[in-house]
Amino acid sequence: MLDIKNLKASVEGKDILKGLDLQVKAGEVHAIMGPNGSGKSTLSQVLAGRDAFEVTDGSVTWDGQDLLAMPIEERARAGLFLAFQYPVEIPGVSNAYFLKAAVNAVRKHRGLPEFDAMDFLTRVKAEMKAVGMKEEFLYRAVNEGFSGGEKKRNEVLQMALLEPRLAILDETDSGLDIDALKVVADGVNRLRSPERSLIVITHYQRLLDYIVPDHVHVLSQGRIVRSGGRELALELEEKGYGWIGDAGEIHAAPPAAGGAQ
Amino acid sequence: MKTATPARKIDSFLDQEYSAGFETLLEADTLPKGLSEDVIRVISAKKGEPEFLLEWRLEAYRRWLTMTPPKWAAVSFPEIDFQDIVYYSAPKKKDGPKSLDEVDPELLKTFEKLGVPLHERARLAGVAVDAVFDSVSVATTFQKELGQHGIIFCSFSEAVKTHPELVRQYLGTVVPPSDNFYAALNSAVFSDGSFVFIPKGVKCPMELSTYFRINARDTGQFERTLIIAEEGASVSYLEGCTAPMRDENQLHAAVVELIALDDAKIKYSTVQNWYPGDKDGVGGIYNFVTKRGDCRGARSHISWTQVETGSAITWKYPSVILRGDDSVGDFHSVALSNHRQQADTGTKMIHMGRNTKSTILSKGISAGHGSNTFRGLVRIAPKAEGARNYTQCDSLLIGDQCAAHTFPTIEARNPTAHVEHEATTSRIGEDQLFYAMQRGLTAEDAVSMIVNGFCREVFKELPMEFAVEAQNLLGVSLEGSIG
Repeated sequence: MLDIKNLKASVEGKDILKGLDLQVKAGEVHAIMGPNGSGKSTLSQVLAGRDAFEVTDGSVTWDGQDLLAMPIEERARAGLFLAFQYPVEIPGVSNAYFLKAAVNAVRKHRGLPEFDAMDFLTRVKAEMKAVGMKEEFLYRAVNEGFSGGEKKRNEVLQMALLEPRLAILDETDSGLDIDALKVVADGVNRLRSPERSLIVITHYQRLLDYIVPDHVHVLSQGRIVRSGGRELALELEEKGYGWIGDAGEIHAAPPAAGGAQ
Repeated sequence: MKTATPARKIDSFLDQEYSAGFETLLEADTLPKGLSEDVIRVISAKKGEPEFLLEWRLEAYRRWLTMTPPKWAAVSFPEIDFQDIVYYSAPKKKDGPKSLDEVDPELLKTFEKLGVPLHERARLAGVAVDAVFDSVSVATTFQKELGQHGIIFCSFSEAVKTHPELVRQYLGTVVPPSDNFYAALNSAVFSDGSFVFIPKGVKCPMELSTYFRINARDTGQFERTLIIAEEGASVSYLEGCTAPMRDENQLHAAVVELIALDDAKIKYSTVQNWYPGDKDGVGGIYNFVTKRGDCRGARSHISWTQVETGSAITWKYPSVILRGDDSVGDFHSVALSNHRQQADTGTKMIHMGRNTKSTILSKGISAGHGSNTFRGLVRIAPKAEGARNYTQCDSLLIGDQCAAHTFPTIEARNPTAHVEHEATTSRIGEDQLFYAMQRGLTAEDAVSMIVNGFCREVFKELPMEFAVEAQNLLGVSLEGSIG
């Protein structure tokens, strides 16, 4: 279980998170919604351990461990996965090599035997099929020259291979047309299980038509200002973020399909 | 946050110690510091050289006296006092080793620490090793087997004694003593090196390998390598270099000449790991080397592959003169400069024959306060109908205190020439490291993976065992069998 208490964080001296509380139990799917600048991405980056973000107060416990004291790669190996809003390109490094190195780092940590090339290929090809990626993407450099949709599929592929206990999807829906969105949502839904927790960060309720959350939270100015069930997302879609009170932006209309990031 | 940051981890990764920095205590036969005609006469006499070679050295010396060190390279260092250098140092020996069993065990241990056990390595890998320790070649393995093919692979001094006619015919015909300041100095004082001769039609059955190591203090190492491949012959030659850690700078001014006659092929690979100095720039080797290949015959092919990770200063431009029609020249290079290292390296491709082709692939990696310069010249002579060149220069920056420069020069004097040049610069970003670490990799593994990916095209040109060594040198773990 993930327990975030009074979390405050700043970047370059600017306070972004101002006392955030959130509990995510095993098997639950939580959606975090909010206008631009409310701190959604900061939350995901802080949980993953990015050092540009400074935690100034509060605590994050994950299955009894102090998450904030763990190095980035330790968090990953323990099963925390962040699907990036903007997946990073690594020229010269093949996707296959990158994925195999990551999968084996995680398996080693979990006391599982490392995959050899054949095991790995069998496994990765099956997962690629499931997310609709062609095999050629194995031999291309990590995310280099991928379209927005291909990058997001690659994130879902990595998530499936790494079998996380806690997955955070940071605006994974942005820049996707409706077909790509369905593929990504399918991939995420396949991962739902009683042991696995998911945090889905999104600006729009559209994604939640496909990934149905157990809980919905509204983030505004660094705090969770409303929590509720699935219906809260629908309410937001109808009324926009303006009615929340202190939110900065009124914006509720879903984006045009296939819009660029 | 209390966790280690990617930036800090890069620093500790870059601060790894020089692992070849041990010194071997051997009794040495060393001349006093300084250079004069008398010193040259002594060197020549100690080596029992024929008169023509002494005269050649003296002429080079007189020429050198009229020359000044080149100033155009993008490197800076205090002026070298050429009278403060020892020009000859040899491990003391009674009668000279006739076989490996007679070689000083201390010396063999040094090679083992370097990963060149003459016995095992040579036998297991099928590599013939000619090891140059300071200035005298210590042991040459596999000479007999090579001899059956008519191949000559021995120290330069030995070649002077056993095949003076070949030395006389080819020495200085690619890099004349007057070529440049350091080549002139080398010609005057060179003490040893390697000599390879592959007769007509013979494909050398094994990789030939030489390890150079600078051991004695204040020693300049001036080795001379001469490789000749006659018509239709081929050879792959590997050169590895290391030096112990020292506070003072040591000069290394070598000359390598390659000659390929009709249809001959020479592949020359270097992994250079000279001591680079400490992280504040104290000590380290000055590596001022002239390497040049002459595609003298039609359809000949000369290929340079270098991985330069060491030296305080590298000044080196392995070049090819494409004289024969349809001849081919390649240059593949990885140069890493970390801490205060300065590398000014590149190549010259001189197209003289018709339909000559050259490829230049340069990968420069700068980290810490390192400075990396690529300097290239592609010259297409008026008679070089149909000449083609493709050049690609890529720079990778690690951290924000380092520098990368690219100075390509193209002189095309024939309208049928095709010359292409591509260049890129990229940086290992904090975002790339964070991404890889979020997938469970350590910062070290992430940097290694990115650097390895960057260098892949060059590493694949290296013979297998050298490719492994090159990856290790860059702190790169071996890649899996896929990808």
